Amino acid sequence: MRISILTMAVVAVSAAALSAAEIDPKEVNYEDGVVKASLTGVAGDPANGAEVVGNKSLGNCVACHQVSDLADIPFQGEIGPPLDGAADRWSEAELRGIVANAKIMFEDTMMPAFYKVDGFIRPGNAYTGEAADETFGPLLSAQQIEDVVAYLSTLKE
Amino acid sequence: MTNFKQAIGVFVVASTVAMGAVADPVDDTLVLNEETTIVTRTAAPAHVADALDEVMSGWLFRGTETRAMQADDFDNPGMIFVEQAEDTWNTAEGTEGKSCADCHGASDEMAGVRPTFPKWNDAAEEVFTLEMQINDCRENRMGAEKWKYTGGDMVNMTALLASVSRGMPVDVAIDGPAQSTWEDGKELYYTRTGQLELSCANCHEDSYGLMIRADHLSQGQINGFPVYRLKNTKLNAVHDRFKGCIRDTRAETYSPGSPEFVALELYVASRGNGLSVEGPAVRN
Ligand code: HEC
Ligand code: HEC
Ligand code: HEC
Repeated sequence: MRISILTMAVVAVSAAALSAAEIDPKEVNYEDGVVKASLTGVAGDPANGAEVVGNKSLGNCVACHQVSDLADIPFQGEIGPPLDGAADRWSEAELRGIVANAKIMFEDTMMPAFYKVDGFIRPGNAYTGEAADETFGPLLSAQQIEDVVAYLSTLKE
Repeated sequence: MTNFKQAIGVFVVASTVAMGAVADPVDDTLVLNEETTIVTRTAAPAHVADALDEVMSGWLFRGTETRAMQADDFDNPGMIFVEQAEDTWNTAEGTEGKSCADCHGASDEMAGVRPTFPKWNDAAEEVFTLEMQINDCRENRMGAEKWKYTGGDMVNMTALLASVSRGMPVDVAIDGPAQSTWEDGKELYYTRTGQLELSCANCHEDSYGLMIRADHLSQGQINGFPVYRLKNTKLNAVHDRFKGCIRDTRAETYSPGSPEFVALELYVASRGNGLSVEGPAVRN
């Protein structure tokens, strides 16, 4: 019994150590909507970022934005501006702020906050219509945010 | 290579233009069975004039074939369910051994009822949806069991009652004793729910006419309910549609028949005052 408690403690500590570099959604430092520091310290992967932007069950950014670079993805929405040339308009730090929580840069925007875990009204458990449970987390992980930012940084005109 | 890139450039421009063209509501007129003209767009009622100039039926936002299906009762799959409800209307049930027809006459004598619901019920001292009224008759006048709020019998009966009022303008009262319920509904309409933090208004007031992924956003009017959806090939009740839209904001939804959805229904119905009743409409 003692041994198993000890083992559990060790596992918990090493898990915490692994994610120590990752910034918690509640600890992100926004300056006028801009986030300077990487959320993970690990360089973003643009190819994975493109996947997150286009995939319906990940970022699903194309639900609202057109991205010519992803022209093979059908049915791109038009709620927000096309993301073509995003890197010409925004710095990496600005893009990180927009993707993590666009509501700070664009007050009242329809764009969801992808790295936020509190302040919601009737948060649900994904698309089940049921109440959120203990599995509730941000829409995208810290590394997925970094990957998306890396991808957006390639969108130059 | 250059040619290839140019070709892609042209393709992108062309498809953007095409999307723009698809996105606006069509300029088309709905005439049912070549006789009843349906008002699918009209000046916004005073209580929504601050937000909208015109109110528009969801019919205007659907594709050519879907619109055509609704124009002819023989092509409208929703009418099969209306026929089923017609049988129910004439069938005695419950301890009183009465049918709806025994008290109300032929179903078409109910013309003019659908456009006024939801409405205040004095005896119950609350706003009644059509479903609540029907269940009130079943329980208290027929001695029959209540129907499930969005079950088949119920949705069919609401389709029958809508169908006999087609072409008549939606006209729900928002003042008097119904006012506080209406205000609750308005509050819900503008509340940004769920992890996506979206309100009804974000999609159906601020963004109608635009594409959200593959969907062409309408004003989210309910004058066409219950609607036959090609997607699930059945009639869909208003509260089930509300539930689906709230679920899609990654929120915990309300239940069909809940006070919240009754209030929301009154408010949304009032945003369509002046549009014709079209149920059962056809949607994708
Ligand atoms: C529900 C619709 C919606 C979704 C989903 C959405 N956005 Fe947006 N986004 C908007 C809107 C609307 C704006 C315009 C900002 C405003 O409201 O003023 C915007 C703005 C932006 C901008 C700045 C615009 C510019 O000049 O390029 C970027 C970058 C952006 N979004 C990226 C994303 C990414 C990446 C995702 C997915 C992770 C995403 N958006 C998902 C609606 C959306
Ligand atoms: C025993 C007689 C009786 C039967 C049977 C009956 N009703 Fe009623 N119904 C009434 C009465 C009386 C009213 C008016 C009550 C009121 O205003 O509260 C009414 C009201 C209604 C209304 C609202 C009418 C309006 O103008 O607002 C609807 C809709 C309705 N009934 C539907 C039905 C349906 C559907 C059935 C069969 C499932 C049915 N009723 C069966 C007696 C009956
Ligand atoms: C994320 C965007 C979004 C939000 C938020 C949303 N809806 Fe919808 N809604 C849709 C889409 C997409 C459709 C299908 C296309 C259409 O008719 O707009 C739809 C359809 C509808 C329809 C069917 C209209 C018809 O003519 O068939 C109604 C009614 C409706 N919504 C009501 C609501 C209400 C009430 C709310 C708030 C509780 C709401 N919606 C929130 C996206 C949304």
